[in-house]
Amino acid sequence: MSKQKLQSNVDGASEVVFRGGGFKTVSIPWVGFVVFALLIAFLEWGTRAGWISNLTMPRPSDVFATFVDLWRSGLLWEHLFPSLTRLVVGASIGASAGIGVGVLIGLFSLIRAGLVPLVSAIFPIPKIALLPLFVIWFGIDEASKYALIAFGTFTPTVVATYGAVDNVDRSLIRMGQSFSLTWLSIVRKIVLPGAMPGILSGLRVSLAIAIILLVAAEMLGAEYGIGAYILEAGSLYDLERLFVGVAILSIIGVLVSAAITMIEKHLLSWRT
Amino acid sequence: MELQLDNLCHAYNDVTVLDRISLRIASGKIVCIVGPSGCGKSTLLRLVGGLERASSGAVLQMGEPPADSINPLTYIFQDFALLPWRTVGGNVSLVLEDHGIQGERAEAIISDVLKRTKLTDFRKALPKQLSGGMKQRVAIARALAVKPAILLMDEPLSALDSQTRELLIDDLIALWVREQFTAIYVTHNLNEAVRLGHSIVVMSRRPGQVRAIVDIDKPLQQRQLGDADLELKQKELWDLMREEALAADQELIRV
Repeated sequence: MSKQKLQSNVDGASEVVFRGGGFKTVSIPWVGFVVFALLIAFLEWGTRAGWISNLTMPRPSDVFATFVDLWRSGLLWEHLFPSLTRLVVGASIGASAGIGVGVLIGLFSLIRAGLVPLVSAIFPIPKIALLPLFVIWFGIDEASKYALIAFGTFTPTVVATYGAVDNVDRSLIRMGQSFSLTWLSIVRKIVLPGAMPGILSGLRVSLAIAIILLVAAEMLGAEYGIGAYILEAGSLYDLERLFVGVAILSIIGVLVSAAITMIEKHLLSWRT
Repeated sequence: MELQLDNLCHAYNDVTVLDRISLRIASGKIVCIVGPSGCGKSTLLRLVGGLERASSGAVLQMGEPPADSINPLTYIFQDFALLPWRTVGGNVSLVLEDHGIQGERAEAIISDVLKRTKLTDFRKALPKQLSGGMKQRVAIARALAVKPAILLMDEPLSALDSQTRELLIDDLIALWVREQFTAIYVTHNLNEAVRLGHSIVVMSRRPGQVRAIVDIDKPLQQRQLGDADLELKQKELWDLMREEALAADQELIRV
């Protein structure tokens, strides 16, 4: 409208067309919830109206009722507690070993030359395929589950970490040397903080992989655990319970990701 | 403490960057090094401070640095090289921690250098909150904190806009008048060179050689922006460099 006005008022003049904008991410916090709510409302409506058969998709309210039952019966914690323990123990071992090895690869050429091909060889192996091997090595108990999760978390963490160390600004390292800082100080005060953004975004991926592997590990000889719960529900084609299990995993994933976001906000507040 | 560059040569693979550079850096003087781009002046500075090893020749240190000097050869970088995760105060304390200076002694040094660079109010600020000129003042404060015998400045004002540059030139002159420090000042800006240099070394294009040394006797504190005699010196330097700069500009980059 204003364009037309200008054109009529000033002879031969027209407003310059705006063509900037876009290509910039802004945070809109509530849209995610709206998408979830809409999707669930849509399924609820479809299953109630009957054009989505109960055989193809459970009704969201039934899934929620099943979840409440699970909670009331106390079974939720019996499944959740061992799962969380496995996740925390396995992922901690895998991530800390991964960060350690990744930093060593980033710092020492010999270790890099020796280990990078090995890591590349291990990375694409589906860790689930190695489950029988882990059972032979570590027994059928918890240890083999920890090992599977740890192993699966390890490789992506290594790759992310040495990439992050490589990306540390060399001019900062040169600055450290020019002030005669010791090697250890340069690593501790310049390399590690500088690699932190890359390490944390790598952890986001590795921890999601850890959750995937948690279910895989629990599908083999676990009496309790979210994975065992899902497997049991699946073999009975009990879709409500299957979805409860899946939803719990999703929630764990969202919480882990939110935790990393909080750590990032705290540790990386110096970023522009 | 003085420095003597003795027949310094440097080559990357088979490309000679520096060719037989011999120079004497006298105590208490600022030596500016100017030259066309790619003449190896930054490389020369890295050799002098021991960040790189010369292919042949040597950098000799004449006499001992003062006993209270914590880091005798100290750089100021073009890109500031501040740790973005440390505050202004933290960036200064970084270079003291490793030399065992902590607690009250560090505190005294940090507040002194921040006062001298007019940064006292910004001690808790992070680098991302500072303008370019402020960042370079932090880097200068950090360099002063280790009581250098010789400052090695690698295009310290080149990343700044011209107003900020003018302000920092005044700051540097004021600092020098206070305590006649020794410095090697690499720049491609001839105006900076005539304002800050007691002598100006003009280098040829690659392989870099010393082409001429121009002395300016006028005291630093009397030099002003737009001084006629400085303009003449600047013209003289430009006449020395013009053809070299033109030739350097048309060279293919092989390194």
